[in-house]
Amino acid sequence: MSKARASFGRTAGVHVALIAYTLIALFPVFLTIANSFKSRNAIFREPLALPTPETFSLIGYQTVLKQGDFLGYFQNSTIVTVVSIALVLLFGAMAAFALSEYRFRGNALMGLYLALGIMIPIRLGTVAILQGMVATGLVNTLTALILVYTAQGLPLAVFILSEFMRTVSDDLKNAGRIDGLSEYAIFFRLVLPLVRPAMATVAVFTMIPIWNDLWFPLILAPAETTKTVTLGSQIFIGQFVTNWNAVLSALSLAIFPVLVLYVIFSRQLIRGITAGAVK
Amino acid sequence: MGSLQLKSIRKAFGGHEVLKGIDLEVKDGEFVIFVGPSGCGKSTLLRTIAGLEDATSGSVQIDGAEVGHVAPAKRGIAMVFQSYALYPHLTVKDNMGLGLKQAGAPKKEIDEKVAKAAGMLSLEPYLARRPAELSGGQRQRVAIGRAIVREPKLFLFDEPLSNLDAALRVNTRLEIARLHRSLKATMIYVTHDQVEAMTLADKIVVLNAGRVEQVGSPMELYNRPANVFVAGFIGSPQMNFIEAARLGESEAKTIGIRPEHIGLSRENGDWKGKIIHVEHLGADTIVYLDTEKVGTITVRLFGEHRYAEDETVYATPVIGGMHRFDADDRVINSGQ
Repeated sequence: MSKARASFGRTAGVHVALIAYTLIALFPVFLTIANSFKSRNAIFREPLALPTPETFSLIGYQTVLKQGDFLGYFQNSTIVTVVSIALVLLFGAMAAFALSEYRFRGNALMGLYLALGIMIPIRLGTVAILQGMVATGLVNTLTALILVYTAQGLPLAVFILSEFMRTVSDDLKNAGRIDGLSEYAIFFRLVLPLVRPAMATVAVFTMIPIWNDLWFPLILAPAETTKTVTLGSQIFIGQFVTNWNAVLSALSLAIFPVLVLYVIFSRQLIRGITAGAVK
Repeated sequence: MGSLQLKSIRKAFGGHEVLKGIDLEVKDGEFVIFVGPSGCGKSTLLRTIAGLEDATSGSVQIDGAEVGHVAPAKRGIAMVFQSYALYPHLTVKDNMGLGLKQAGAPKKEIDEKVAKAAGMLSLEPYLARRPAELSGGQRQRVAIGRAIVREPKLFLFDEPLSNLDAALRVNTRLEIARLHRSLKATMIYVTHDQVEAMTLADKIVVLNAGRVEQVGSPMELYNRPANVFVAGFIGSPQMNFIEAARLGESEAKTIGIRPEHIGLSRENGDWKGKIIHVEHLGADTIVYLDTEKVGTITVRLFGEHRYAEDETVYATPVIGGMHRFDADDRVINSGQ
């Protein structure tokens, strides 16, 4: 009995800690969304209050939708994020498959080289990247952002996926070879479905920094037609006056697409348990 | 159709040589079993035959045609793996038909062959299920069915029964024996279990440390082991090895006697000894005794015997039950 009680106490303790952390993590999000529905005065008078009938106002959202091409910004952010994730997953998984599946000279060294990017921030190379983009005429294009983000996401993807691919049974791949599947078919049809949970993890880790990034859009693609949401929101933050209604509304809107992508990937995380492949 | 020739196959991983020159001939319709302790290279040899590993040197010929550079799918082989290796996202039917589908066979032909194989293995009720919905024994039958559907020249089995529990293992073993009789196909089978080897094989290949120790029928290996390794590996409990000097034999270094070739008596016999342990198995009684003349030996008696620990008994070897081995561990004059 004492054992059961002790484990109950421990479970309760764990839950208290997790709930506290959840509240802390969600608080800024809550604050942003709540205040985005309030009038300017109400935001400053009582920042922590929920919107009441008197303080409720959609002025922020109206400003955001009127000023600038926000729909365009959303579209840019979505294109950049989705295409980058797709490229990171595709190339990352392919490199990981090669590293984990084939014995070749310098295999371990190559793996280390590809994972090096985890330790060295890509922003250190900003000047060189900018020079390169200028030279190739890619400045102010979404392609520039996609290329940079793909490079930024690949090291982690290769690292995580190659570890996971090592766990895929050799027998299964060999059975595919004997049944006449090409190496590409083995990769796409046997291995990828089995590492789907890992792919979802990588997708989530890759997506958040790309969506939230301000640095590269500001440097590589600040033109009106290629602005991302994060950069677009900056027009409301002035040196002297900041339109808080608009900033909060823009940020609230920016949360939703990420939320949708996250829900999609996390379902994969849960569903991707692959019982019955091998014993 | 369905013969195999291996000529001085060598395989090295880095500097480590796993196969050290294997020569072997398998005739059409034979059931050949590779047996040996773990790490002896038997699975590597099977993979080399399948084309999943390239031999470092040597040649593999199936039906007289060199297949060294032929892809696994084009060698006319089918393989059954220890871990079943079924495709988790395909139904049983698609699992079995995938090989033919990849080879571009018409749908009707695939359906017929799958139905026929499913009939042989009584898998009809499960054709629409996924591997996850099957038990271990059913999964292994699907894996065998997948091999049958391809109608290969060579069936390769890589420890197919190791993941099954004891009862299923016997059933599946019988099933494989029955398949071999009805298909009359050439089968190559890897196992570390000597019971599987003895019961299934036409011909056993005993491997040790990348070399072939002996090739022969199960009874040849049992009655006329070529060296100490084979003598010790085949037969359970293990053969007794006695220093020849203790028996006054000068030309041999080691004398081997199987536990079942020693008789036990309370009154008289050649070697006096004290019983240190008795195992009653019902059909057999295994007696371990400490003798003055030849050290500790194991005796296997058929049926039930009322021997007890610390009893003094006399052991006598059966005439012709002795195997003599020289200083290089090779047999000198095997028991007639």
